[in-house]
Amino acid sequence: MKYPSQSVALPYFIGALTIFSLQLVFGLIGATMYVAPNLIPPELLPFSVVRMIHTNALIVWLLLGFFGATYFLLPEETERDIWSPMLAKVQFWLFFVAAAVAVVGYLFGNYDGRSYLEQPIYIKVGIVVVALMFLLNISMTALAGRRTVITGILLMGLWGVAIFFLFAFYVPANVVIDKMFWWWVVHLWVEGVWELVMAAILAFLLIKLTGVDREVVEKWLYVIIGTALFSGILGTGHHYYWIGAPAYWQWIGTIFSAVEPLPFFAMVLFAFAMVWKGRRDHPNHAALLWSLGCAVTAFFGAGVLGFLHTLAPVNYYTHGTQVTAAHGHLAFYGAYAMVNLAIITYAMPPLLGRAPYNQTLNVLSFWTMTTGVGVMSAALTFAGVLQTHLERVMGQDYMDVQQQLGLFYTIRLYGGVMTAAGLVMFLIAMLVPGRRTVPVAVALAPAE
Amino acid sequence: MERLTTAAARNIFYGGSIFFFVIFALLVGNSYMQARDIELNHPISADAARGKRVWEKKACFDCHTLFGEGARFAPELGKVWLKYGGDKDPASAEETFKAWFAAQPSRTEGRHQMPQLHLSDGDVHDMAEFLRWTALVDTQNWPPQPKK
Repeated sequence: MKYPSQSVALPYFIGALTIFSLQLVFGLIGATMYVAPNLIPPELLPFSVVRMIHTNALIVWLLLGFFGATYFLLPEETERDIWSPMLAKVQFWLFFVAAAVAVVGYLFGNYDGRSYLEQPIYIKVGIVVVALMFLLNISMTALAGRRTVITGILLMGLWGVAIFFLFAFYVPANVVIDKMFWWWVVHLWVEGVWELVMAAILAFLLIKLTGVDREVVEKWLYVIIGTALFSGILGTGHHYYWIGAPAYWQWIGTIFSAVEPLPFFAMVLFAFAMVWKGRRDHPNHAALLWSLGCAVTAFFGAGVLGFLHTLAPVNYYTHGTQVTAAHGHLAFYGAYAMVNLAIITYAMPPLLGRAPYNQTLNVLSFWTMTTGVGVMSAALTFAGVLQTHLERVMGQDYMDVQQQLGLFYTIRLYGGVMTAAGLVMFLIAMLVPGRRTVPVAVALAPAE
Repeated sequence: MERLTTAAARNIFYGGSIFFFVIFALLVGNSYMQARDIELNHPISADAARGKRVWEKKACFDCHTLFGEGARFAPELGKVWLKYGGDKDPASAEETFKAWFAAQPSRTEGRHQMPQLHLSDGDVHDMAEFLRWTALVDTQNWPPQPKK
């Protein structure tokens, strides 16, 4: 570790892994409720609360990971220590405590809002305060130091995250307008500014792991995020097809969404091209595996599974079925969970002051977790296609159809158990010190 | 790729992003105006607005979908008002809602469970008014209505 202040990333990464574990616990409970609806009485824990903890925990841990990644890579990029490590520590505890208060509140019925934005108003205000502390800290650091393309794109993405979150406060009584602007948070995050953050972190990792020239990476980076935003901004239209917005969105959404897989495909080409060009054999093979796996899985989850149901004539039938859940799981995992696990795998050894131990276990956790999420998404895709046919084509009743999807929901639960097993391996590989360094050849096996 | 300089790539990125965002914002502005026009013929009553708040505070969307958005644990509710004949006999549809809420959870084996939401009569009425309004929204013929 070159700069002492990089160590403020450590609590963020440990916090992220803690909340990731919470997300999977509630994911498993939710998946169980699909298989055995009467096991847990709704007085004790209704499905709605399980789902909001599952999804909110996802967002919180990914954001914690982004914050940690930024604090870790910014000193190396800017060649300056973090402006105020103290502020970064205060910011972490404020965010972590706010998340804990929100989760406990949810269990006691204290929620209010829209999907993913169920936080009570005082928690939402707290999130804004945390975001301002963060942006002040990283902007002051960036302004004082060396300017790089990675820093610029990362900061642009993070400022965008904060700005679009402000639409969480706009809740008009007109449900059509409400939904239109709800997507300004949700879509413009995950198919917009989050992609900038992801691309910047991935570019940083590839420079460090492969040793390719920064100049080569920078041009690629602009091309990738350019195609991401050019397609993604008007691609928001694919959420406006059936919510009461005008019909022209069917054309706009279809055309621009069709281009949305392109940046993800470019990211795959970019990542592999950098590895082939690179001369450096970095000892942390697991970090490289997660980085390449991130690009590939994001392409399948966000690109391919997204494209599967994004065209308006197809979406007319699949909208609001399990196809969306299938896409959501693999896309979030591939693009955002994996980029976080990549930077955590890369940063943990220097943060903890030891060589990258337990690489074999880390590599094993990569394959277990990725297969687990893959199984979940495949099961949900089958469930969704069958649901679409029975409900939207044959006209069967929603609940009657649900009774026929039990097999797929059971397979999904198994996939979830596998994912959780993968996370346990990852935690052990990261946090339990090993006895020796094991550089493994298996880490260089093809990603998928 | 060789001929494209980093500076050119950067300019295309910034210029293009601003260009597409401006177009997006203009279109959303137009859609906003059209959405407000729905209110000219069908004003949102105070009851309907309160009903939307009940929908949010009870996190109905974390099991149900509305216009296909939300969770997929329970049925779509955008046009449920019409399903229970609210357009012909609003009082009877509201009574049906009330009986439905009161009967939860059903405890039927193998069926997804809806919690007891403890809604007051006023809440039920507001919720009905909210769902009456959502049923008026033109969703471009979604969801598909196959012949049974």
